[in-house]
Amino acid sequence: MKEIIRNLLRLVLFLFIEVFVLHKMPHLHRFISPSLYFLFLFWLPFSISPRFLLWIGLITGLLIDYFLQSPGLHASACLWLCFLRPFIIGVLAPRESSEFNYREPSPQSLLWAPYIIYITLLTLAHHTWLVFLEWLSFGSFGDFLIKVLASTAISLLLIIPIELLFPRSNRFRTNVGG
Amino acid sequence: MRNVILFIRRYLTFFTFLFLQIVSLWFLYSFNQFHQAQFLQTANEITGEVNKRYKNFENFFLQGEENRRLHRVNDSLLNLLSQQLVTPDTTRRLVTDTVLIDSSRQYRRYYFRPASVVFNSTNSEKNYIQLDRGSLHGITENMSVLNSDGSAVGIVVHVSPRFAQVMSLLHVRQKVNVSLQKTGDFGTLEWDGKDPGLLLLKGLPKSVPVKVGDPVVASRYSFNFPPGYPVGTVAEIISDKSTNFYLLKVKPAARFNNLQHVFVVENLQYAEQATLDQETRKRIEDSKRTPR
Repeated sequence: MKEIIRNLLRLVLFLFIEVFVLHKMPHLHRFISPSLYFLFLFWLPFSISPRFLLWIGLITGLLIDYFLQSPGLHASACLWLCFLRPFIIGVLAPRESSEFNYREPSPQSLLWAPYIIYITLLTLAHHTWLVFLEWLSFGSFGDFLIKVLASTAISLLLIIPIELLFPRSNRFRTNVGG
Repeated sequence: MRNVILFIRRYLTFFTFLFLQIVSLWFLYSFNQFHQAQFLQTANEITGEVNKRYKNFENFFLQGEENRRLHRVNDSLLNLLSQQLVTPDTTRRLVTDTVLIDSSRQYRRYYFRPASVVFNSTNSEKNYIQLDRGSLHGITENMSVLNSDGSAVGIVVHVSPRFAQVMSLLHVRQKVNVSLQKTGDFGTLEWDGKDPGLLLLKGLPKSVPVKVGDPVVASRYSFNFPPGYPVGTVAEIISDKSTNFYLLKVKPAARFNNLQHVFVVENLQYAEQATLDQETRKRIEDSKRTPR
């Protein structure tokens, strides 16, 4: 129960930051559009089943879309992110130590290096698909590549300080690892 | 059959993914094509409410800028008052015309309605603006939107009962008929989705003298925009040797980042003009098919 409320609050907070801060900000450059809301999906607990994760991704994406007036765009990118997440966690996290002792992915549970790989890969997947859909109707391939890389870089630049500034309490679920 | 079911059960996550992906892509493309996706109507009412609350809060910090803009408009209007003009003392006198038909009677062509902006974006290639007035307040599609100082902002593309969606000039599908203020020659204003500080003016013949800094205004041929209202100023002239037309870069007069209070302008003859235009095209094309 506490878990659900915590995650709902996070969703509202990230939605607010995305729509009313990052999107209201004066334009940095035409290639650079920072976004942060998918951090909510990164921080979801390990225990969520892959199928349920897809539905959460769809709903998160649609919520963002309704505010940014682009139905389906972010939802589609979020679905990719949620589809890939279990595979990447499966590769990066040693099963016994993290999934059973920690609640959710964090620099503490996955350790810094794998965690950064986890974040980078998923952010890249999200932005690639998002920008791909945007530029399908419009634009050149060179611009597409630059925009993906620049947006991923600026998003990582925002995410890493957030991880450093707000370390989440990583309580153990069992006493075994304690 | 059993194998098929087993196969589906084994890859159920993947199929869920495929299904949801198709649903979201369907949302995306049906919206872009028709602008009329039904769910947007309800979503508009919910997100519009949130946007309105946020805007109320944000307005507090932007009042200074808005006041300055309104003051400038008031200033220019005060200068138009008849009491500021003095009739020179001459022997000229006023003669009453005896023609029976009142040729000076005027009819109204444009109707202005105030509205405030509740959502705005300049960051994507397709930027929309949301206003807090909708069909209940008489807003319909194809009305033009001007900033509080009269500069062009966009065209209403979709309305719900209490909110309206405006396709901003910063939208890659936007095409507006504009003209140079000095000469009156017209061209089409577009946007290439790159720099929100520069619009593109195409179709202006090279025989027209253009200088950097020339004002660009709404054309009198536009169905949506009232003529003579500022759109921007020429910022750069690109002269392409291969065509007879200029490619002009235009700095927009409206600052899209801090839109607050706007005017929604209705062309009261829009329906008549548009139907006449369509029927003419239809008639000419039909007569082509059946030679008389």
